[in-house]
Amino acid sequence: MPKQPLNDVMITGQQTYKSLDDSISSLILDQKRHKKPWWVMFALGVSLLGLLGASVTWLLYQGIGIWGNNIPVSWSFDIVNFVWWIGIGHAGTLISAILLLLRQSWRNSINRFAEAMTVFAVMCAGMFPLLHTGRPWVAAYWLLPYPNIMAMWPQFRSPLMWDVFAVSTYLTVSVLFWFMGLIPDLATLRDRATNKLAKVGLGIASMGWRGSNQHWHRYEQSYLLLAGLSTPLVLSVHSIVSFDFAVSIVPGWNVTVFPPYFVAGAVFAGFAMVMTFAIPIRKLYGLQDLITDRHLDWMAKILLATGLIVFYGYVLEAFYAWYSGNVFEWNNTYYRRFVGPYAWAFWSLILCNGIIPQLFWFPWARRNTFTLLFVCTSVSIGMWLERFVIIPMSLTSNYLPSSDKMYYPTFWDFGMYIGTIGLFITLMFLFMRFLPIINMFEMKDLLHKINHALQKHDEPHAEEASVGGGE
Amino acid sequence: MSHGHEAVAVGPYAMVAEFLEAHELVSAAEAAKNAGYKRMDAYSPFPIHGLSDAIGFQDKKIPWIVFAGGVIGALTGYSLQYYVAVFDNSFNVGGKPLNSLPAFIPITFECTVLFAAFGAFFGMLALNGLPKPYHSIFNAPGFDRASHDRFFLAIEATDEKYDADSVKTFLEGLKPVSVNEVEP
Repeated sequence: MPKQPLNDVMITGQQTYKSLDDSISSLILDQKRHKKPWWVMFALGVSLLGLLGASVTWLLYQGIGIWGNNIPVSWSFDIVNFVWWIGIGHAGTLISAILLLLRQSWRNSINRFAEAMTVFAVMCAGMFPLLHTGRPWVAAYWLLPYPNIMAMWPQFRSPLMWDVFAVSTYLTVSVLFWFMGLIPDLATLRDRATNKLAKVGLGIASMGWRGSNQHWHRYEQSYLLLAGLSTPLVLSVHSIVSFDFAVSIVPGWNVTVFPPYFVAGAVFAGFAMVMTFAIPIRKLYGLQDLITDRHLDWMAKILLATGLIVFYGYVLEAFYAWYSGNVFEWNNTYYRRFVGPYAWAFWSLILCNGIIPQLFWFPWARRNTFTLLFVCTSVSIGMWLERFVIIPMSLTSNYLPSSDKMYYPTFWDFGMYIGTIGLFITLMFLFMRFLPIINMFEMKDLLHKINHALQKHDEPHAEEASVGGGE
Repeated sequence: MSHGHEAVAVGPYAMVAEFLEAHELVSAAEAAKNAGYKRMDAYSPFPIHGLSDAIGFQDKKIPWIVFAGGVIGALTGYSLQYYVAVFDNSFNVGGKPLNSLPAFIPITFECTVLFAAFGAFFGMLALNGLPKPYHSIFNAPGFDRASHDRFFLAIEATDEKYDADSVKTFLEGLKPVSVNEVEP
């Protein structure tokens, strides 16, 4: 690949500040750009949201007996879905914070989108631990430390309490980070809006941002610091989620490799979800010049790399079950995973997460929309299966033969899971319509830097002051 | 005004020059600094590297606010757990010490990050004086493009060297698209 300033082509076509702003802001300012596909997806989201409403109502009325959970399988779809959603959120923080610190400017066109995904995914995730208490209105004193007349406090030595703090901090910091990135863009929209209502709303939301040098000076310091804070935060969140299992003595859970392997799995699942949404949207709204094939190629490579880490985790888990000499660990691994009634789940997991992503070793697979979507879907399914294999399957056998019991999910287990997918789709499509899905000021900054670099290093080609665009 | 007060004669807010390119703004800011102007600000649609240096603006408060937030967060997180586990709810769990330091680290860490992030976000807003729905600079003609594709330099009337004619001549010498005096 020929060496170019600033990594390949990150924006294609003849672009100016105006054309960048136009292609992004028209999604909000020109509501007519949202045609039938938007309505179809929105309708799908809302109808699944209805299923969520029904599931939650029935759950609150009847109690968690409507689920398939039993003893010993007291954690099942509720926690599987919680971990799955939290993991999906992690790609957003990785893209917006870690890639910012690593100065990967190609992140600029996908970070806003991925951050929105983080916020919505954590919202979906948060519903499960709240609702799996069965009575969320009394969960306040189970979860939150506040002085109450019963003189009761939560148990701070428990990973479950760590989880409460980790997830709520994660949601709060993600919202702050997302909103902070939005402020200058909301100001741009405020200045371009013609609709009176939009002008007032955006004026309030942008808080009077005026793009002053003093603003930007403090803004950049603060944004960088938030990125620096989010990086250890995101690593801690999934580590702490994995402590929910790793700190226990349940065979199949008590594994020291869990924290790093959970974090890698989270990034793996998250990137798959980012691509699942980004590919159709860039096509639908003609954003191929901003989210280029090269972006998808890079994301596919990250998916491949994290997929290999996750696969290494599976191998280590099985190896240590055998090498530890702990007969319960090995029985669980062998009879509950390799063979036995749930073997299909384990081997589908290996197929989805271990084998299918290997397609991304081939450049053609990273450039073909169909293979990209195929692999991403299989990873999303695979990551859900991974949590299913770890959580309920490990609980179906432990130290006592009397604890051997099968687990069967009910309609309401699926209803609530699919319902949260509906919530996620609804929120994503509303976001697409009412907030800028690509960070406008960072794209203009990137364009400025690319033009600057071209003028500096590429004197003979200075006349084509555009942004590459070949390939 | 209609409250029976005398109308107060208010001077202009600033002289504002509009530029097409980011590097023009940086060199204009540099020139203004060298010409001895102190109270000025530049407006751009995206952060420009080197503009703060050109203007001579420096502010290092944010990192300290974030640090203070982190320290307060760590102390809050740990002392909450210490108070609850040692004083208010002192149960012996499996012979573990009441002050279970390792088990208290995750929550202490999360609180550190949370409070530091609050410091970064609210510190930025407070120092920038946001939210502030009205500001005189919005009266500059064509200023709606400051968030879009134009670059502005404002020399404020509070500058001791401010004199409408000389500032105007000076700014016009920098080859801007337009120069306007802006009312507050």
